[in-house]
Amino acid sequence: MDYIIILIAAVFVNNIVLSQFLGICPFLGVSNKVSTSVGMSGAVLFVMTIATMATYLLHQYILVPAGLDYLRTITFILVIAALVQMVEIILKKVSPPLYQALGVFLPLITTNCAVLGVAILALGLEGGSLLKAVFFAVANSIGFALALIVFASIREYLELANIPKGMKGVPINLLVAGLLSLAFLGFTGLV
Amino acid sequence: MSKKKDTFLNMVVSLFVITIVAGFSLGFVNDLTVGPKAKAKLEKKVNALKLVLPTFDNNPVDDILLVQSELAKDSIEMYPAFSENKFVGAAVIGSTEKGFSGLIKIMVGFNEGGNIKNIEVLEQKETPGLGTKMKDEKFLAQFREKNPSNFNLKVTKDGGEVDALTGATITSRAFGEAVQMAYDEFVDNKDSLKKTKK
Amino acid sequence: MAEKMNQTQNFLKGIVKENPVFVMLLGMCPTLGVTSSAFNGLGMGVATLFVLLMSNVVVSLVKSQIPSKVRIPAFIIIIASFVTIVEMVLEAFIPFLYEQLGIFIPLIVVNCLILGRAEAFASKNNLISSILDALGMGLGFVIALTMLGAVREILGSGSLFELKFVSENANTFILFILPPGAFIALAYLTVLFNKISIKTS
Repeated sequence: MDYIIILIAAVFVNNIVLSQFLGICPFLGVSNKVSTSVGMSGAVLFVMTIATMATYLLHQYILVPAGLDYLRTITFILVIAALVQMVEIILKKVSPPLYQALGVFLPLITTNCAVLGVAILALGLEGGSLLKAVFFAVANSIGFALALIVFASIREYLELANIPKGMKGVPINLLVAGLLSLAFLGFTGLV
Repeated sequence: MSKKKDTFLNMVVSLFVITIVAGFSLGFVNDLTVGPKAKAKLEKKVNALKLVLPTFDNNPVDDILLVQSELAKDSIEMYPAFSENKFVGAAVIGSTEKGFSGLIKIMVGFNEGGNIKNIEVLEQKETPGLGTKMKDEKFLAQFREKNPSNFNLKVTKDGGEVDALTGATITSRAFGEAVQMAYDEFVDNKDSLKKTKK
Repeated sequence: MAEKMNQTQNFLKGIVKENPVFVMLLGMCPTLGVTSSAFNGLGMGVATLFVLLMSNVVVSLVKSQIPSKVRIPAFIIIIASFVTIVEMVLEAFIPFLYEQLGIFIPLIVVNCLILGRAEAFASKNNLISSILDALGMGLGFVIALTMLGAVREILGSGSLFELKFVSENANTFILFILPPGAFIALAYLTVLFNKISIKTS
């Protein structure tokens, strides 16, 4: 079934962070604690899904019929930026506890290449439909969450390890990410 | 550095102006590049055609034959080649989703009798250094001058005659399938292809 | 905190002291995503440099006309326009690079480096300083990406700028042109960079 393949591909085979290199900034920046990673993943799931829905519709029903495909980048990023603002406001009003949990991550998501990246990738899906695009977005945010949370748990252990001075900080994180990416490489050919 | 005050009017006007200017600039650049873009796409296709077909003097792109097939979701592109009004062969775009990482799209040039003149890889996302070697001389050379009617396009592992790439059996298998598909379509549509000369 | 740094320092800071990739960790996605060869790294670096330069120029010129509350959307529109121009020009005139860089071309718009410089520098400094800031940062970015691309290409394909220097059948470290290799190569390059910059400061 198409959807199962999309799910497995997005989470394991073509993991958004570990093989597509989208969403690296939050991946490296927010993953020092598992709790913040969970929060960030939740926010990404929210924004990525809604954004993909909006951009897909925008593309399908406005840009393409009007021959304005070249305005794709600029309209998509504006939609994403506007959406994030709206989500923040709505969240504050509708569910303060959820806002407390996710709120601080929301502004960071505007410049998250994963959101814009997935929105653009969703346009190229085989036999595209709105449902497929949204499912693709959800699947990718699960993949993002998986990568982020696993990485964060490793980093929490890393805090206690004895690391050579030159490798402390960014280098060792990148190296661990590389090993994680290597592990996920093993999923190639699964679908 | 004094900034404009944050009044509602100012905000709306400044954003509006920026958007208008941006819109016009982009529209302008778009007009400038639409032509060259199409030209570049066409050139790519024509170059591929020149590489895979026997010598021709028509414009295969003009004579393109699009065929609906149960084998592929989109219609299949076939480009007939004529020399001095005689049909000398055709290029068929074969594809398969069964590559290691998905889609492999190739252009196979056949001569009139169905012998493969040459193959050009159009799209693939196989493993760099392994599956991507399908583009190398070493791999492609074995297909030239072969006629799929008597050359088994399966890999040797499956009892065929194709020498698979080292460490990329799945890629090689899929490649063979794509060639087979192109050949089948060529044979099925040969008559229609001959009639396309405009 | 704005000390008057002379223009040479303004330009040079982007190359070592505040190198966008090795020090500030900005623009990580394209850094890892398109550096499987030196040419790709160079191409992406130059494209980003262009957008950075143009947007710094425009932002610096119109900064007094933009109310503070809408500056971020305004910057985004400006940056996205230049990114779109780059997209269109590449697709029309350098299709090979366009295909290699793929989705990372539109993603230049979310490169935190560009929005970051617009917000932190160009919106607060004059035209000349903004130009030099963009050139310095952009050059630092180009150097980082080209170096990473070169390392990955040499180890992973046995070539540099498409010139092969190993035999056809040689076994190369394929890992380096695959995703894990990007992380690993960047990790070690960062260590090297840190060692060198400590020594020279």
